[in-house]
Amino acid sequence: MENQLRAWDRVQIARSAERPTSLDYIRGVFDSFLELHGDRAFRDDGAIIGGIGVINGISVTIIGQQKGRNIKENIRRNFGMPYPEGYRKALRLMKQAEKFHRPIICFVDTPGAFCGMEAEERGQGEAIARNLFEMSSLKVPILSVVIGEGGSGGALALAVANEVWMLENSTYSILSPEGFASILWKDSKRSAEAAEIMKITADDLKHHGIIEKVIKEEEPVSLENIDRVTDQMKQGINDFIAAHKGKDVDTLVKERYDRFRKM
Amino acid sequence: MLKELFKKTTESVSEKKHSKIKEKIARSMNEPEVPEGLFKQCAACGNTVYTEDIIANYHICPKCGSYFRIDARTRLSMILDTDSFIEWNTSLETSDPLEFPGYQKKITHLKKLTGLDEAVITGEGKIKDIPVAIAVMSPDFLMGSMGEVVGEKITRTIETATGRRLPVIIFCCSGGARMQEGIVSLMQMAKTSGALKKHDEAGLLYVSVLTDPTTGGVTASFAMLGDVIIAEPDALVGFAGPRVIEQTIGQKLPEGFQRAEFLLEHGLIDKIVERKNMKQVLYTLVRS
Repeated sequence: MENQLRAWDRVQIARSAERPTSLDYIRGVFDSFLELHGDRAFRDDGAIIGGIGVINGISVTIIGQQKGRNIKENIRRNFGMPYPEGYRKALRLMKQAEKFHRPIICFVDTPGAFCGMEAEERGQGEAIARNLFEMSSLKVPILSVVIGEGGSGGALALAVANEVWMLENSTYSILSPEGFASILWKDSKRSAEAAEIMKITADDLKHHGIIEKVIKEEEPVSLENIDRVTDQMKQGINDFIAAHKGKDVDTLVKERYDRFRKM
Repeated sequence: MLKELFKKTTESVSEKKHSKIKEKIARSMNEPEVPEGLFKQCAACGNTVYTEDIIANYHICPKCGSYFRIDARTRLSMILDTDSFIEWNTSLETSDPLEFPGYQKKITHLKKLTGLDEAVITGEGKIKDIPVAIAVMSPDFLMGSMGEVVGEKITRTIETATGRRLPVIIFCCSGGARMQEGIVSLMQMAKTSGALKKHDEAGLLYVSVLTDPTTGGVTASFAMLGDVIIAEPDALVGFAGPRVIEQTIGQKLPEGFQRAEFLLEHGLIDKIVERKNMKQVLYTLVRS
C-alpha cells in the first residue's frame, strides 16, 4: 500500500506534526543520552540538539535537527530551522567526537536553514559551508539518517556522511516543492506536480545512488508504532559501527570523499 | 523591466532615436561578449552611456560608478596575463538527472548563445607570471547556477591544482544550486567543499572572489571557504535571496542588506576590492 503513496503525500507525512522527532528516536535507539549545549560563541540554538549517546556499550556523538510539536516548543525549536550557531554547535560537537574517536550519528529533519536577517548577519552560508568542508575529512565514521524533511543545504550540513539513510516517508530535496514550482514555473500551487518530478522520496534517491538505505515504515511512523522503526535503526547503527570499526582513518575519509566525488 | 528603465530617458531622446537605441541595447543585452551596441543603459542611474566608455572603465558606469555584470571571458581578460589562459575540463555534459522538461534544449540554446559550454570556465593562467588555477562563473549562463557540470568542473580544477600545487582563485557569480537538476545540484556543494578541504590540507592558497550576485548553494559552499574572501563593491552576497527573507519575516529589508559592505562590517569577508585593483590584489596574495 505504501508504494501507492505519491511523492506529495510523503511530503505531507514528512512534515506532519505527528511525526516523531530526533529526540524520540534518540530515546528509542540509545541506552543513554547526555545533551551538550552551545556554539561557545553566540547562543544555544534549539533547532539543533547534540550530545553523547551510548549504544551497545559504545559511546557515539549524536546530532539532530529538532522540531517542536506545538507552538510553544516551536518557538524554542524554530520549527527545526537552524541558525548559523546551530551548525557551529554541531561542528563543535563533531570535532569533539573526532578527538575522542567516537562515531557520529546525525538525524536530519529540517525544512531548511533559517532564512532570516540575523541568520544572514551571522553568516548562514559560511556556517553551512564550514560543515561541508570539515565533515569531508573528519577521522571518524559518520552516519546520517533523514527522519522527516531533508531540506536543502540546511540538511546537507548534517549529511556529509559515510552513509545516508532515509525513513521510507521522509524526503530529501534541493528546495521545497513549493519553492521549486515557484522558481521554475512561477507558480507555487504546482507543488504536488513539482514533488513528483523532483525525485525526493527515499526510494527514488536510493534508486539514483544518492542514499544507501531505506528504513521501512509499513505505515507512517508515529509515537505509537515508533518501535518498529527504532528496532531497525538500532540494528542498523550497530552494524554500521561494527562495519567501520576496523577501518583505518585514511580509508574512512577516502570512502566519504569518494561517495560525494562520484555525484 | 527594460521598458521601465527607458521611461526615464524618453524625455531627452526623440522617439525615433529612442527606439533605435532600444533595439541596439536589447541586442547587446543578449550577447555574451562585449556588447556591440553603441550605447548601454545603466540600470542603477538610468543614464545612457557609450558602450566604449563602459568597457574602457572596467565595465563600470562612468556616470554613477555602479558595476555591470561581466561574462567569464571578459573577467579572465581582466585578471590574467595576455594569452596565458589554458582552458581545462571542456565538453562535459549534464546527465539531466530529473529529465526536466525543456532543460536539455535550454542548455543547447545557451551554449550557442553564449559560446560557453557551461556556467563556469576553468583552467590555468598567469597573474604577473605566477601560475594559478582559476574558475570564473558566468552570469549569462542560467544565472551561473551550479549543476553537476559546474560542480564537476570546479572540483576537477581544485583537484588538479592540489596535484600541481597551484593556488586556486574562484570568481563566484551565481544564483545558487541549479533547480533543474534537483538533489544532484545539492550534492555539488559537498563535492566542491571536500575538494577544497584536500587543497587546504596540502597547505595551498584558495582565494574566493564574490561578485554580484553570489547566493544560495554557492554561498553555502565554496564561496565562503576562501583563505581570503574578497568581494566587489556593492555585490549582493547571501545564503537566502532578499525576496525569500522578506517573505519569511514579513517585512522589507533595510537598504544595503546583504551587500558587500554589509558583509565586511559583519566580519564575513576580508576585503572589498575595486575592479581596477583586482589583479594587483590577487597578485599580492598569490605571491605571498
